Amino acid sequence: MTKMVTYPSGAIVPERDLGYTPVLEALHLGIDFGGLTAVDDFNLIVGKTEIAGLIGPNGAGKTTVFNLLTKVYQPTRGTILLDGQDTSKMTTVDANRAGIARTFQNIRLFNNLSVEDNVKVAMGKSYSYSTLGGIIRSPRYYRQEEEAHERALELLRIFDMQNLAETAAGNLPYGAQRRLEIIRALASRPKLLLLDEPAAGMNPVETQELMDNIIKIRDEFKIAVMLIEHDMKLVMGICEGIAVLNYGRIIAKGTPEQIKSNPEVIEAYLGKNREG
Amino acid sequence: MAKVTELLKNRFFSGKKVNRTVSYLLVIFGYVLMIILMKAGMLTSHFTSLLVPLTSYIVIAIALNLTVGFSGELSLGHAGFMGVGAFSAVIISGLLLPYVPNTTLRLIIAMLGAALVSSLFGAIIGIPVLKLEGDYLAIVTLAFNQIIKTIINSIYLGYDNNGIQISFVKNKLNLGEGAVTILKGPIGANGIKRISTFTAGFILILITLLVVYNLIYSRKGRDIMACRDNRIAAESVGINVTNIKLEAFVISAALAGCAGALYGLNYSTLTPAKFDYNLSIMILVYVVLGGLGNIAGTIISTVILYILPEQLRFLQDYRMIIYAVVLIGIMLLTNNSWFKVQYYKISKRIRKKMREKKGAAA
Repeated sequence: MTKMVTYPSGAIVPERDLGYTPVLEALHLGIDFGGLTAVDDFNLIVGKTEIAGLIGPNGAGKTTVFNLLTKVYQPTRGTILLDGQDTSKMTTVDANRAGIARTFQNIRLFNNLSVEDNVKVAMGKSYSYSTLGGIIRSPRYYRQEEEAHERALELLRIFDMQNLAETAAGNLPYGAQRRLEIIRALASRPKLLLLDEPAAGMNPVETQELMDNIIKIRDEFKIAVMLIEHDMKLVMGICEGIAVLNYGRIIAKGTPEQIKSNPEVIEAYLGKNREG
Repeated sequence: MAKVTELLKNRFFSGKKVNRTVSYLLVIFGYVLMIILMKAGMLTSHFTSLLVPLTSYIVIAIALNLTVGFSGELSLGHAGFMGVGAFSAVIISGLLLPYVPNTTLRLIIAMLGAALVSSLFGAIIGIPVLKLEGDYLAIVTLAFNQIIKTIINSIYLGYDNNGIQISFVKNKLNLGEGAVTILKGPIGANGIKRISTFTAGFILILITLLVVYNLIYSRKGRDIMACRDNRIAAESVGINVTNIKLEAFVISAALAGCAGALYGLNYSTLTPAKFDYNLSIMILVYVVLGGLGNIAGTIISTVILYILPEQLRFLQDYRMIIYAVVLIGIMLLTNNSWFKVQYYKISKRIRKKMREKKGAAA
């Protein structure tokens, strides 16, 4: 298991990430919906190549945190630093360009586009030819489309999906759709990849494959991964740091071992022992 | 030789590119057929007079399909852009008459001008509306259509030796020597020099096909369709949805303006009342019947649905009833599950045969 070390700021990151700026620093993040405080005082630091887990009971606010980090929601309070850059006032589009990409709990693919086109759409940063260049087919168009095609196939190979490149994304089986969402997110060259329940609906064999692939992605692209997941085998198996959320607040942070034996976490999941 | 056929197949007949090849072949075949029939004297003069408006409707139907089919935004006011294009072209052509005697050159300049003006209007409408999610564009374009019709209805424009004069609502033009009035309010324009030709329409269709197909098979086209399929996901991968939708809308408006220019310069008189929402709905019917996102289908349905009511004129008062019945009939037929199953079976058999051939060759 990775050794976790403490930063001067008090943040805990994997030892290999020492000396790098943390990829994500969320400071006192909070959001209110009308009178309801959905998330409050959310503090989290994720190391440059860390695999972090965000867990908690249903309705704890995990997806809301993802929506805050990707700027789908505008935070009421607090700051988000992405690789040292303040993204708290940015739009979703700019936050993605700054280096954050995500998948969705309820799959959101471009259903009528082919698998390959789904991946190519996310490569916005790698093209520089204009609309007019596309219409008159400039030399740059041919060069960059060729590059995009190569890179899309390369990315699809991670999940062994290169043979499905021509299929419409909406016609893929459920598991393949989840994998395609991860590939699409990767295609936008993120520094931090957010996965919202990546193993939902997968069988144990597929989940094991997914775990191997998440580690492979981290090692190959040298990026941080943060995931929401209810499958504890996956969370405890690959996450180096875990944060537990309940009623919109972090109730515990630490390594998998620390979380497993934390009485507050056990209480949040299983309820209080009446006799204890 | 085998390499050449392979290259041709990959370039023109693989997957989604089939639609593009079919569109081009349809248009070229239709043009050649019409020219031959015209030279042979087998077309009535009434039918010949329908050809230029037909090409103009094909162009605007393809343009509308870009907005409705590919961008997923409902526009009920494309006749407005067509009107803007038509009257801009009439004004430009009228003003340039003494300076550019060459009709082809004047037509090209008028079309470019019309495209510019209507794309400007497209941007003015698109910028505030496309920021919103939902069907607001439908309502705003419907209103725009009416506003444009009313504005053109009240413009009086003419020139004399001293320069151009323009007045609104009432004719206050005070023209001196060498006076020419171009727009006369509700009467519109008359005495237009007819410079549109069937060949010009044919070339405009080819340009439209080139623009739309090249657009949708480039990065911007993928972005346009991605924004249609899932707005939130598109934003999450760094696509500025408003800008992309605006680009599609402006390009569509520019093409609609070109179609209007072609249409307007085909008649010696042109009234603003022509470009009301009835025309918008008619073009929308062409697009929906041809298939959203299906350009070859749009071309076919435009030809059938434009020529059909014209050929039904002998039925007099019953004409539009028959037209409506035919329309409903086509809708029912194309959505009939039995026909869909048959179509699927046939296409499956063809594909199987092609695969067997490939296997035998290898």
